[in-house]
Parts: sequence; C-alpha cells; structure tokens
Amino acid sequence: MIMVIGSNMTEAHPVAATFIKNAVANGAELIVVDPRRHKLCDYATLHLPLKVGSDIALLNAMMHVLIKEDLYDRRFVESCTMGFDEVKEKVMEYPPERAAEICGIDAELIRSTARRFVSIKPAMLCYTLGITEHTCGVNNVLTVANFQMLTGNMGMECGGVNPLRGQNNVQGACDMGALPNVFPGYQAVTNPDARAKFEKAWGVKNLPGNVGLMIPQMMEGLVDKKIRAFYIFGENLANTEPDIHKVEHELSSAEFLICQDIFPNETTRFAHVIFPAAAWSENEGTFANSERRISRVRTASPPPGLAKPNWWIFKEIAKKMGHDWESDSAQELWDNEISVLAPNLMGIKYRRLEGNGLQWPCPHEEHPGTCFLHQDGEFTCGLGRFTPVDWTPPAEVPDAEYPFTLSTGRRLYHYHTRTQTGRCEGLNDLLGEESADISPQDASTMGIESHEKIKVKSRRGEVIVKARVTPEVPPGMVWMAFHFRENCANWLTNAAFDPVSFTAEYKACAVQIEKL
Amino acid sequence: MGVVKLTIDGRDVSAPAESTILQAAQSMGIRIPTLCFHERLKPAGSCGICVVEVDGNPTPVTSCNTPVSEGMTVTTHSEHLFSIRQEILKGILAHHPLDCPICDKAGECLLQDLVVEHGITGVESPTPTTKFTSAYSKTMLKSWPERCVLCLRCVRACSEIQGHYALSVTEGPDGPQISYDADKCVSCGECIQLCPTGALVEKKTDLRWRNWEIENKVRTTCPYCGVGCQQLLHIKDGRIVKVTGVEDAEPNQGRLCVKGRYGFDFIYSDERLKTPLIRENGGFREASFDEATRLVARKFKEIIAESGPDAIAGVSCSRSINEDSYQMQKLFRAVIGTNNIDNCART
Ligand code: SF4
Ligand code: SF4
Repeated sequence: MIMVIGSNMTEAHPVAATFIKNAVANGAELIVVDPRRHKLCDYATLHLPLKVGSDIALLNAMMHVLIKEDLYDRRFVESCTMGFDEVKEKVMEYPPERAAEICGIDAELIRSTARRFVSIKPAMLCYTLGITEHTCGVNNVLTVANFQMLTGNMGMECGGVNPLRGQNNVQGACDMGALPNVFPGYQAVTNPDARAKFEKAWGVKNLPGNVGLMIPQMMEGLVDKKIRAFYIFGENLANTEPDIHKVEHELSSAEFLICQDIFPNETTRFAHVIFPAAAWSENEGTFANSERRISRVRTASPPPGLAKPNWWIFKEIAKKMGHDWESDSAQELWDNEISVLAPNLMGIKYRRLEGNGLQWPCPHEEHPGTCFLHQDGEFTCGLGRFTPVDWTPPAEVPDAEYPFTLSTGRRLYHYHTRTQTGRCEGLNDLLGEESADISPQDASTMGIESHEKIKVKSRRGEVIVKARVTPEVPPGMVWMAFHFRENCANWLTNAAFDPVSFTAEYKACAVQIEKL
Repeated sequence: MGVVKLTIDGRDVSAPAESTILQAAQSMGIRIPTLCFHERLKPAGSCGICVVEVDGNPTPVTSCNTPVSEGMTVTTHSEHLFSIRQEILKGILAHHPLDCPICDKAGECLLQDLVVEHGITGVESPTPTTKFTSAYSKTMLKSWPERCVLCLRCVRACSEIQGHYALSVTEGPDGPQISYDADKCVSCGECIQLCPTGALVEKKTDLRWRNWEIENKVRTTCPYCGVGCQQLLHIKDGRIVKVTGVEDAEPNQGRLCVKGRYGFDFIYSDERLKTPLIRENGGFREASFDEATRLVARKFKEIIAESGPDAIAGVSCSRSINEDSYQMQKLFRAVIGTNNIDNCART
C-alpha cells in the first residue's frame, strides 16, 4: 500500500514515480491525495481531490475513523509511542462529516479510504512540497507522522514517512549545517558542548550560541538595514521567493550583496560582487539524496575561465580574513572534517563511496549504512511522539474579488528558474513557455480557450500567460510553475510563512483571472 | 525458496529454484548469447538466440525464460545450437539495412557483435523492411524502423520500467509492428538506452562521433531533483556528449528522466560567469579573485567592527555539493562569527 500526498511525482521526481508505478503493476494499491488529478492518479486505486491546504482535516478525520472503529495499530501505539491520548482527543473533534466540509471529500469516502489504508501492511506514505509549502507546513508534517504512527507503519521497509526532497542536495545542505540553528550533523548551536567541540576542531574561540536568521528574516533585514552584507550562493532568489516585487525591493536595499553562481541571473543584477563558480561535473564532491544516500559527484570537464570550486572561494575569503584552512579538496573536507565532526557520517569516507554510496546514519567505518529509520519502533528521542494538530486555512483564501486559488510547482521539462535547463539543447523545445492551468469548467464559464492569453492577478502582482485548459485542475484552481521569468508564478504568490519552518505558502494564494 | 542442483556444460550448479537456466549459467560465469533479454526486463523469450539443449527435451529451449529443475542437464554451446543462432541472425539480417557506416550505434551494437561472434560474413541482397507502423522523430529521439530487430526491449522498457505505455505492438501485414504514441512519450529515453541496435537513437546534438572515440565514462550523480539518480557521462574531447543511466546502480537502477538524460549541456553555455565581477559606476567590471575576495573580506571586517557579526547573513545552495555547504557555514560561524546561515530547504 502506498499513499502519496501533495506530490506530483511523475513530473517532479520522475524516476521515483517509475518505482511507484512498478509497485502498482506488481499489485500494490496506490492512494493519491492531491487537489490535482495529475498523472500518477492514472495508476491509483483511489484519488482524493481534496481542497488546497485541507490535509490536516482529512488526515485527522481518517484517524478519527481508525480510532473509533478500533482499526489502528494498538500494539505499536502502546509500545513505541507517547502522547496518544492527546491526539485521540484532538481527532475526535474531526468527524468525517466535519472534515468533508473543509476538504470537499465525501465523509463516506474518508471512512472507506481509512479502512482501506489499514487493510494492507506495510503502508508507505510519500509527500513532497504539497505538504510543506503551507503556512501550516510543519503541522502538516506532524499530522502525517501521527497518521503513520497510529497505523503502525513506522520503522519498516516499504513503510514510514518519505519526504521526496525537492532539490538534489537539500538533504545535504541541511546535513552540513547550512541552517541557523545547527552545526554539521544537527548539533545544536545553543548547546555549549557542541560549541566547544567545534571551537576545538576549527581552532577558534567563542562560536556564537544564539540561533541565526532564516532566509525571509534575512531578506527583511536588508530593508531595515539590520543585515548589511548578504551572501547568496547559488540561489536565484529574485525568481524563487514568493512575491517578486517584495523580494526585488529587499535585494535592491542591500548595502553589500555578494552572489556566487554559474550564470548571471535576475538576482546577480543586484550584486556588488559576483564570484564565478565551478558547476556540477566540474569538480569532485558528494550529494545526499532523499534517502540520505551520500553519492559521489565527479569531474567531467574543467570550469570555464577563472571559475573556481565554491569551497575554494570560501576558503580564500577566510584566508583574507586571517584564517588559514588546511583542507584543500572536497575529499579532504569530507574525510578530515565533515565525517569526523558529524556523528551520523563518521563511517562514510570517500574510499567507501565508489559504487552506490552509503545511507546515513553510518556511525563507523564497518557500518553498512542505514536504509530505513526508526527500526523496531526506535525513534531518536526514544518513543515516537504524537502531536495533536488543528487544521488552519491558508493565509489567503479566495473571496469575491480574488475567487481562485493559485497553487504552484514544477513541470517535467524544466527545473526551477531554468538557469540550467533553459540552456540545454532541446528542453526549451519540449516546453517553451509558461502556462496557467485551469479547469474545463472554469474555462467554459469564462469563455477561455486553451492557448489563449489570459491575465492572472493577485494582490501582489499580475502576469499575462497562456491558458492551458486541463481536467488535471479542479474548478476554482489556477496552477502555475516558476520556470519562466515574465510570467513566473512568484509575481503572484504570497509571502506568508509557516511560523516555525519559515517555509512560504507557495501552494495557496488568492487570484483572479481575466479574459483579454 | 529451495535450491535445485543441475548440470550446465558438465559443471554442477546449485541455483535457487525460481531461477532460469540463463541466470543459473550466469551465476557460474557461463555466458549464453542473448538479444531480446535484458537484466532489467522480464524475459520475453522471443528472439531465440539464448537457446540451450536440455537432456530429454526433443528441441532446444530458450534459457532466459525456462526455469531450472532438479537434475536437469544443460548444454549451452554445440554445433547444433550455433547453427540455430546463425540462422536466426541471418534471418534478421535479411531484413536489416547494412547501413553501419551511418549508424550511431556502430561499435556498440549487439546485433553487430552477435553477427561477428557467429561468423556470419555475408547475406544475400537484404531487403530491409520497416518494423514500425511509421517512423518518428521527436525533439530528443529518432527512429530507424528498418534497423529494428523486434526484440521489443523498447516496448517493455516503456511499459514495464517507466510506465508510460507510449510504445506498443500491433499486428502489421507481415507480423508484429511497433507503434508510437507521441502524446504519451515524455522523452525519458529509456527505450534508447535499452535498444540493442541503432533503431532508436538520440537526437540531442548535431555532434557526431564513433562509439570507440568516447574516451571516458564517468559515473556521477544527477544535479536536478532529490532522487539522486546515478549517471554515466560519456566524454569525448573533454566534453560530455551523452548521458546514460548506470545499469544496476542504486537508487535509480539504470533509469533516468528527461532532465537527467538531456539536461547536461548548460555547463558549456557561453553565458557562464567566467571571472569575478565588481560593481562600478552602475555596471560591472572584471576583477581577479584576489581583488574580489580582498574586497569582500575588507567589507566583512568593517561591518563586524561597526555593527557586529550578526549584521552579515548568507544563504547556501541546496543544489551544490555537501562540501560547499559545509565550507560556507564554517566561514560564517568560525570566521565571521554568526549563525545567520541558511539554505533554501525551506523554500
Ligand atoms: S526499436 Fe530497438 S529495442 Fe525496440 S524492438 Fe526494435 S531493436 Fe528492439
Ligand atoms: S534523472 Fe530525473 S528523477 Fe533522476 S535525479 Fe535527475 S531529475 Fe531526478
């Protein structure tokens, strides 16, 4: 049994989707929970087209059914988890009839889906940014975890909660401590012992112990001048952040902006210094994928002109500030620093990465790596913790003036702002421009034909874009990507953030559409 | 899951009960020639090249889809088998154009290899026939229907592996034909990777090369999504000219998507940043790394002195390698003295 929530896998993670399709062909059941009837639904036993941002209501109601009908995994809940009573109390507030009103899924269908889900074990749950890119993103994740603990699907092969990471190395960037609260290996900066450890390793004193800022806070800091220098490495923030007008105002307010990239892009326009970097396949290194697998990246050809590996540029700046760092290659960085400092990575050395890489945790050099977490119900903090969660609506919901919900994501043939795929022969021929996907029902009410240019407008901006009329999209929704600058969805998206993760609500804002 | 004992070419073999003769032979390092068989596909048993003799069986059987059984005695090479294989290959060549000089596959074509191995030196005036309902050409691929040997690897790759069902088999006037549905094709290129001949080839670039000119194949990890597919970069004259999936590698088991297979040449774009740039008079001027890093270091020191280290912030790249992210957070924490370091994991 596989349940996929908020993940347009055939386009965003195509190869992962092929394995799901294979499983279905071999008899696995697939339930897709998604507002859109995307391609994966063709392979599914069931598709639940819930309203955007109503995941918590739906899952709470399913848990309601499972507890009421005593269909949950009592043994797992009793022996491996804590906090069940609180969650029970909470989900009792979500009878299917109430959830049905919120998420637009019939109460009986909610019941039968819950029963069906627990009829097969193990059951795997996959999600992507459809869960996280909401103002309730963290709560969504907690709910998904509640659900899998309640059904006893944790700590086994083909079970668990499986987030498919958006970018190739988001997992790695986090593992490496490119986060304001942790050192490499998730060691808290607020912990004096961790600071002492890193002070010793790096030969410095007084590492800061206060948690730093997250991207949206940094950007706001540019405007009120609390942030005077901003270093952007490899991000085209001017296109990828919600509400481009706001972002560009912030970037243009920067006193000193450094960009390090492989191409000039919309963000480098605001820079004071630009460093040219070596790209993928121009230096040695490692990525960590969604399965926490560390795989090698190798050199195929040299970087152009003076372009240098990113680690080299950082090392050079450190040197100019009086710090001479020893490691002088990616391998030295990994073998002599990273794998020494991050406990989960201790057993991973370059010489062990020749073939299929290794999945962390891998605590020592004889360790084979770990393919799935929480084996036998063991969680990092001992017992799995249930957290009661309430449904909250998106920060901006449709109204009379802006009657449609805009949701965004990626398409198959391009990646993000096309700095890379837009420069690959053929890919622009496969997809040459942005479109706004709307339902046949809305199209016919408004007299809009496919390929006709329409205006999509939110409280923050407007774009002119081709309509693509498709039954994938439910009535009341507009769906767009952010691959093309002129009609990028981020002219419209809402800079509202989850209060904990500070992830933006890319998946929901209110727009109007206009026939031109 | 029992184990059965059998004899292959006079050698005792123990094999899992559910294995095929071909698998049992391979496990002993005994090679049986194959054509339509592919490790990642269910055996079709259609080409007949992998035939073997089994004692007690009046006719040879296809080893790729015949299960082993207790006490079986198998012969994989004999004059009789050799001539059966020869006849099959001659039959294929009778309807296959001998256009190797203009075929991209020449040099790594399974049909060529089998023909050479079986000592076939001539066929009488071949009359090439089309094996597709119609030839097709898409942005990334082109078909040569006369070169097809109807092994159906492509059809099976598209359905069994990738689940797109863009290729199917239909009954034509002279037997089966392959038909292609452009609406279902997403240009993943799995069919090309599995085609043993030049019937399906890439159209990604106008560059031409012979396969033996590929000087190096470098294994690496795809730079796009979080699946982390393993790729083989085919390198000629120091440049990537083609990408294939690494067969039997984790996590992708040989598979790639359109971005993984065709999204590599951005690195050769003329628009690449090639030198450090410093803003001056409303524009940018070129600078050396020494000058640019010196400027950044000076500015950082100045800001730290005036406003403290927390007035500096940075965002690392979740597309770049681990070592780069490590190094950037180290710069921020150990040198600048702030935890204002983030990456776009949250967006
Ligand atoms: S096109 Fe290639 S893979 Fe497909 S049947 Fe013909 S020879 Fe086999
Ligand atoms: S080949 Fe496709 S599915 Fe695999 S990592 Fe690259 S983008 Fe993702």
